[in-house]
Amino acid sequence: MDDLYRDYILEHYRHPHNFGVLDSPTASYEGSNPLCGDRITMMLGISDGVVQEVAFTGRGCAISQASASLLTDEIKGKTVEEIEKLTPEDVLELIGVEISPARLKCALLSLDTLTHALTDEDEGPQAEAAPAQGTAEE
Amino acid sequence: MTAAKAAPTAATRAAAAPAAATLDPYRVRADFPILSSTGNGRPLVYLDSAATSLKPQAVISAMDDYYREYGANIHRGIYQISERATEAYEAARAKVARFINAPSASEIVFVRNATEAINLVAGSWGRRNVGRSDSIVLTEMEHHSNLVPWQILVQEKDGDLEFVPFAEDGTLRLEVYEALLHLGPRLVAFTHCSNVLGTINPVRELTEMAHAAGATVLVDGAQAVPHLPVDVQAIGADFYVFSGHKMLGPTGSGALWARRDLLEAMPPFLTGGDMIREVHLRRAEWNDVPHKFEAGTPDIAAAIGFGAAADYLMDLGMEAVRAHELELVRHALEVLAREVPGIELYGPAAEQRGGVVSFNLPGIHPHDVAQILDSLGICVRAGHHCAMPLHESLDLAASARASFGAYNLPEEIDTLAAGLREVIRVFGG
Repeated sequence: MDDLYRDYILEHYRHPHNFGVLDSPTASYEGSNPLCGDRITMMLGISDGVVQEVAFTGRGCAISQASASLLTDEIKGKTVEEIEKLTPEDVLELIGVEISPARLKCALLSLDTLTHALTDEDEGPQAEAAPAQGTAEE
Repeated sequence: MTAAKAAPTAATRAAAAPAAATLDPYRVRADFPILSSTGNGRPLVYLDSAATSLKPQAVISAMDDYYREYGANIHRGIYQISERATEAYEAARAKVARFINAPSASEIVFVRNATEAINLVAGSWGRRNVGRSDSIVLTEMEHHSNLVPWQILVQEKDGDLEFVPFAEDGTLRLEVYEALLHLGPRLVAFTHCSNVLGTINPVRELTEMAHAAGATVLVDGAQAVPHLPVDVQAIGADFYVFSGHKMLGPTGSGALWARRDLLEAMPPFLTGGDMIREVHLRRAEWNDVPHKFEAGTPDIAAAIGFGAAADYLMDLGMEAVRAHELELVRHALEVLAREVPGIELYGPAAEQRGGVVSFNLPGIHPHDVAQILDSLGICVRAGHHCAMPLHESLDLAASARASFGAYNLPEEIDTLAAGLREVIRVFGG
């Protein structure tokens, strides 16, 4: 069987952690991969530079949703400064299975969405959400 | 003439057998080297021919012979291998013309693919013939390649696009089409066969209706020519475009067929060498058609391979190819519906579709479906298949798609069904 679909990945997909909405997020962003239809809305409750609360909603492939579940676990209680240092490699390490080039966009949508949410927070709350840029296919 | 060494192939054997009406896919498979390779230690189950087809040895050899024996430029050299290259290139044009029953080889313009052919028509014919407030009628089942060039044209010209929707069974709503024709569109452009639903559109009827309304007609045949007998004279359209690489030919090969009078009246699309008769410092005169539209050194090897592919398919017989694929589609619709719990299948009944079956498994993203099938050696496409508006109108983000060619076997569809059951098992269904 494909190594990608290890039990813990499927478990995060079926029962994602931090899935839901925050009543009054200080930052939020809806990211998507229009080419495959993956969609994630990331909501953060930040005070004193620390992520006190985090939640996400979304739909899409197992990789994109499991990645969001793992990433939201990771950032809870961390400072914005720490989160801003997160790299794609860090996220791939969290996922812990080898991701083929074709699926990288799925795996990294959560980080991309998180980055946008933090940028919007810097620029003021409730900035207009816009879909993340996809890349061309076929 | 090209002296490509003729290896004995199923195609030539089939041609030798008198009036071979049926196709033996096992013999066809022997002509495709890639099918004797194995992915993940398993035999390759290739179900993505709608993206690009596999290539038979006859096509590979034709290109190889060109590079090994006479790889010179065409229409230039006064030496033997250049003359031989020119002859092979023009012979390929004649084969492609014969394949779609074009009245003349000079009505075939070689391009890279169907996409380039549509861009050529939009950029040349369209710029000259579509003006302010003019409308173009398309359908909601078009591939992006038969949509985006027209979007750009009407944006530039301040014209309009109108769309024929499709019904729940995946067939076009002809009553809407008829109503849209009352707008007096300049152009009607539609696919012969949908790359997602598989729907074979009634192209002859659609063309007659458009002509009666005074519109010019372009048919996107990319998904039709590999699977159905196509006769452009019987269809009666003005432009017919297709890709070589989907019909067993090499990537980088495609063709625009257009009526000669249209081609002659159209301005050049790309300009430079080979498309001119004479050039002065401040002006130039164009070459005759089709050369007027083939600026620069073309992909000579790809054109020669394209011709070999047309020959191969004509030897198999397109009626026989169609009959074989119809059996595959019937088998797929029946087996998938029966053996894969909850599967959603899109598109019309087998008789009305080409070799394409798109589907979804409930609650499982098509990317995950395709990835697990890949681990079992099964190649299917997942995504929107360059038809986002079609998926929007089905209210889907994406779908998975299995598509067939002359070399596919009913057993491979059984393997697909077993693979899909495995996907459901992995996801805990």
